[in-house]
Amino acid sequence: MYVELKQINKKFGDFKASQDVNFSIEQGKLVGLLGPSGSGKTTILRMIAGLEKPDSGDIMIGGSRVNDIAPGKRGIGFVFQSYALFRHMTLFDNIAFGLTLQKKSKKEIIQKVNELTELIGLTGFEGRYPNQLSGGQRQRVAFARALAPNPKLLLLDEPFAAIDAKVRKELRQWLRTTIGKLGVTSIFVTHDQEEAVEVADEIIITNRGQIEQKGTPLQIYKKPATPFVAQFIGESTIIEDYTKFKGFESNDGAKPKEKGVLRPEFIEIAKDETEILTPLAAEKGIVRAIYFRGNNIQVDIEVKGQPLTGYRTLEQEDLTIGMEVFVLIHRVYTFEGSHTEVIENRIKTEQNSVYI
Amino acid sequence: MQENKYVKYTLIGISVVFLTLMLIIPLLVVIVEALSKGFAVYFKAILDPFALKAMNLTLIATVVAVVCNTVFGLCAAWLLTKYSFKGKNILSSLIDLPFAISPVIAGLVFVMTFGRISYLNDFLTANNLKIVFATPGIILATIFVTFPFVTRELIPLMHAQGKDEEEAATMMGASGFTIFRKVTLPNIKWGLIYGVVLCTARAMGEFGAVSVVSGHIRGKTNTLPLHIEILYNEYNFTAAFAVASILVIFAILILIVRNIVEWKNEKEA
Repeated sequence: MYVELKQINKKFGDFKASQDVNFSIEQGKLVGLLGPSGSGKTTILRMIAGLEKPDSGDIMIGGSRVNDIAPGKRGIGFVFQSYALFRHMTLFDNIAFGLTLQKKSKKEIIQKVNELTELIGLTGFEGRYPNQLSGGQRQRVAFARALAPNPKLLLLDEPFAAIDAKVRKELRQWLRTTIGKLGVTSIFVTHDQEEAVEVADEIIITNRGQIEQKGTPLQIYKKPATPFVAQFIGESTIIEDYTKFKGFESNDGAKPKEKGVLRPEFIEIAKDETEILTPLAAEKGIVRAIYFRGNNIQVDIEVKGQPLTGYRTLEQEDLTIGMEVFVLIHRVYTFEGSHTEVIENRIKTEQNSVYI
Repeated sequence: MQENKYVKYTLIGISVVFLTLMLIIPLLVVIVEALSKGFAVYFKAILDPFALKAMNLTLIATVVAVVCNTVFGLCAAWLLTKYSFKGKNILSSLIDLPFAISPVIAGLVFVMTFGRISYLNDFLTANNLKIVFATPGIILATIFVTFPFVTRELIPLMHAQGKDEEEAATMMGASGFTIFRKVTLPNIKWGLIYGVVLCTARAMGEFGAVSVVSGHIRGKTNTLPLHIEILYNEYNFTAAFAVASILVIFAILILIVRNIVEWKNEKEA
């Protein structure tokens, strides 16, 4: 394990920013710290960097405890949310700053800076000041500046937050490939799950200063460990009593103790029986609202008094508000305490086995 | 917004009349009155040994006050914007105190603290230190009156700039002094110069506080403003205005520097 946090606690006044935070990161991984605003993800990053001191617990980097090591001596490159480029220095001087401090020779500095400007695709811009660069360019300069002193660990605080949507997408891909190419262990903070899923090898989900789950994006999506993760990742509808739906009836007729979570992807909406494979397992519902979302259509439906949300593709036939449709619920998440369970539609699975 | 011509010209008119009455005419009067008896009298007045002494003292007080307040202002602004600690608001308000209280009171405070009725008096006389009614008192009073200028100029600027750049430098292993020299100072350069210019202007012209601690000893503890007052009280109007014109010239020079600084600052931002 390259980076390890052991029993980290941190308070700001009465606010608990970190509570018993434990996790470890393998060398060479690109890890996303994902959580809502105020969930303590930036605090974790700043503590690893040494810009904040934990109240208790150990931070290990490369096998040694770094709690008492100065930020500049931890071998970390840090990319700030605001980029924090030195505004009175040119692009060249910004990237060269860390190298100058390391007392590298002039020749070495020039070579390294040229290498990095080429990597970020800004060759020819060396003489520009930060305010003469676009948001995306500044972000890349900040990235190059952090990489210049050859850090063993790269930390990025909301690296894409201040960039417009289109450039953000390109930069994400670029960052992912570049970090992959360099092989530097990296941790980035984000509140955008799409970003975390797209960029990270592994995601750590934070909530109220605690770690909810750590895993690959697929693991987190398929097997949310806690109710928070299930609701935070992807879109979801909470259902008080899921046993009223076909295929989910409880054996003894008792109401379930736990609420269910339904994702739009778990729901299939069909205009008529021909659009659906297992009509027997489907409920009937009324279309309440339809939203065009660019690459698909979001349909709000009401089934047995319960509002649900599902998607249809643009290829499928149009629905109209008030129409009666078939709604097939494939599965539901439920929680017992902090443990998640996936319940499949029983009728559908039984029917499928008949077909086979 | 639709520009209303009448409103615009009325406002311009009011400003012009007001500035003419309040600033331009008085300044012209100073110059005219100073030169009313010819250049010979003018130069005699400003080259008078007492006038030169006063000028000297004003320069000393100004330079020392500006240097002290620049160093103090930088420290205070740095502390108030880059650190958080208990009592931060109290410190911040204390810095503004000289703006709030009358300079005369500031002068009295020093007379009380270092004068003959003070507890420190025995110690001071034993060590042959003279503060009140001597140059040190004048310098202290000037520092007191002018100390918010640099800090007040720097705090909003440093606040807006945040501490990200300093943190970025820290992450790259820069020492505190290197950070100050290479990152902070270049960023606040123009604000700092602007604060120093304002502080200089105020220090040169300070009258109230200095008047109380000075003791008005001609050729010893008279600054330029005090010297002008004395000349004026002796009905020596021409000499008073002649010496006053020196302060006016300094003030205009400072204004020019101030405008250059502002213009440079805007160009860079």
